[in-house]
Amino acid sequence: MIRTVGLEKTYVLSAENIVRALRGVDLEITQGSYVAIMGPSGSGKSTILNLLGCLDRPSAGQYFLGDQDVSRMDDDALSEVRGRRIGFIFQSYNLIAQLTVLENIQVPLFYQGRNLAHTHEHCLELANLVGLGDRLDHRPNQLSGGQQQRVAIARSLVNDPLIILADEPTGNLDSRTGAEVLDLIDHLNQSGKTIILVTHGDEVASRAHRVIHMKDGLIDRQIVNRAAPVAA
Amino acid sequence: MLRIQFISTVKLGFKSLLLHKLRSVLTMLGIIFGVCSVIAMLAIGEGASYEAQERIKKLGSNNVLINSLKPAAEAAQSGASMRSFQIDYGLTYKDGARLQSTIPGVRRVLPMRIIRESVRFSRNEVPCQVIGTLPFYPEVTRVDLLRGRFLCQMDEIWQNNVCVITAGLSRRLFPYQDPLLHAVKVGEFYYRVVGIIQETSAADQRPQTSQMEGEPLDNNVYIPLSTSRVRFGEVLIRRSAGSFQAEKVELHRIIVQMENLAAVETADPQIKTVLDRFHDQNDYEVIVPLELLRAAEETKRTFNIVLGSIAAISLLVGGIGIMNIMLATVTERTREIGVRRALGAKKRDIVTQFLVETVVLSVGGGLVGVLVGVVTPVVVTHLTKMPTIVTPWSVLLAFGISGAVGIVFGLYPARAAANLDPIEALRHE
Ligand SMILES: Nc1ncnc2c1ncn2[C@@H]1O[C@H](COP(=O)(O)OP(=O)(O)OP(=O)(O)O)[C@@H](O)[C@H]1O
Ligand SMILES: [Mg+2]
Repeated sequence: MIRTVGLEKTYVLSAENIVRALRGVDLEITQGSYVAIMGPSGSGKSTILNLLGCLDRPSAGQYFLGDQDVSRMDDDALSEVRGRRIGFIFQSYNLIAQLTVLENIQVPLFYQGRNLAHTHEHCLELANLVGLGDRLDHRPNQLSGGQQQRVAIARSLVNDPLIILADEPTGNLDSRTGAEVLDLIDHLNQSGKTIILVTHGDEVASRAHRVIHMKDGLIDRQIVNRAAPVAA
Repeated sequence: MLRIQFISTVKLGFKSLLLHKLRSVLTMLGIIFGVCSVIAMLAIGEGASYEAQERIKKLGSNNVLINSLKPAAEAAQSGASMRSFQIDYGLTYKDGARLQSTIPGVRRVLPMRIIRESVRFSRNEVPCQVIGTLPFYPEVTRVDLLRGRFLCQMDEIWQNNVCVITAGLSRRLFPYQDPLLHAVKVGEFYYRVVGIIQETSAADQRPQTSQMEGEPLDNNVYIPLSTSRVRFGEVLIRRSAGSFQAEKVELHRIIVQMENLAAVETADPQIKTVLDRFHDQNDYEVIVPLELLRAAEETKRTFNIVLGSIAAISLLVGGIGIMNIMLATVTERTREIGVRRALGAKKRDIVTQFLVETVVLSVGGGLVGVLVGVVTPVVVTHLTKMPTIVTPWSVLLAFGISGAVGIVFGLYPARAAANLDPIEALRHE
């Protein structure tokens, strides 16, 4: 479902200072699989995740998401793809401070032009799924880090995306809360979502079907923990 | 569907602004003062010019006024004859006849003698203007006849001792009696009251314009011109500062009523040419109300431009204030912008969001400004007795400009927000 061909990302800071963050990555990820990306700092993990999340366009190479060539799309089309097919979970939660839990979950739907009044039920279900059904009117600063990350997970699910991208989702959490969040992500994967997760932790990576090790903007090696479910 | 989204965007804008109440209010102050000053200044300007125009219109736009002027002291000294205590100046009956016969487009020439004298009835005494004039006075200057009649041709021919008094004087002299049944005493003579009129014209005939009551003191007594001539004589003696001074003045004023406006345009120089031949000294003035009206309109335009510019500058400053705050807000909320972009917001969604906030700020400020701006002139009028008129178009103008200011000055910050790179924005802080 996800396929990249010779994906490159080059930052031209000045004539002689050129950073090649990605140097031709070929990647294939099937639907329903759970992939962890590991590697030393500066190896290009976040860069490739941003490209996969359509937040950025590659300098060279191609990226196919489903049947679409995303690498040629304009800004509006990318926004559309992000809004419809991708869910993001960030290391620092990134909830919107002035909105309540429920409203935060609704944000992606808002940009789909949906009538928010009709989505109330759906958002409520998601809040219950992440265990925050009784906190709907709270503001992000009234929640703990783990709770905030759960809200972010609910938000990433609300538009029923194809893939969920998570950049170090447990980086700011203690190990117990982190484990709870990871359990939730496992659960999502079992219910059929494709997960791509960047992490530094080995035990986090061990939950994935496959671990991709990056080094200097290239895929160093891939380790398959267990077989990914075959796409229907 | 779009409408619903728009409403939610507006709600969101309010929510974001309410998050920083003090800041939002301070930002709005600029617009509030701007809009308020636009409305208040235009109201004051409008009021002042309205008053001036009304006053001039009452003089009659078809009329040309010629007043006798006492020549300057030295001129009088040298110009006067051996009997240096008598000054001889002013318009004459002949002047009136000449104007009537020589100036084209003259309809009527109305001579007036205006003498200051006390008027008495029983124990009441009121200082007045005793005006000797002809029966067609009301047709030239527009007065309302409240009771009785005005002077008539017979009064003029027979030099009758009759008079018409103004409503104000009637109230002062006859608090309890019916004026039409009595006579008033002016000097040594009695004049039977035959009518009461209300002045609606010739505002400058009222020496004391407006007093506390706000109603002009119109203490005028109208008597036939011939009577005035006979009773008062041509030589008027005036006591001033211990010395007597005698003036020989035939007419104090001539009102020339022209056929139409075109005739008014050319009348002024022609009148001067005719009169100058018989007046060596500069002892008259010509007042053309129409020209005054034009001048007043011109002044009003200048006034409006000056006031408008001041108000525009204050709105501009208000707009810059909004822009400044919005730029700060964009920086402060860079992260939020990144998150929204990641969650599917297009550039135009971000533009809309921030534009709505600035428009809410400026239109909110505009609304408050309109309220304050409508109240301010009322307060000004109350405190200074200055007339003010709040015109609907000034309210619309001010409000419209405030909205436009919001869009114009909000566009740049909103675009700046939308053009942020989502990744950079997410990484911000
Ligand atoms: N906007 C940018 N401008 C210039 N260079 C950049 C930019 N973004 C990333 N880089 C460079 O690209 C390389 C890869 O960065 P990336 O953020 O993908 O690393 P990472 O693997 O996520 O590291 P970490 O584990 O520390 O998060 C780095 O050398 C970084 O300096
Ligand atoms: Mg990273």
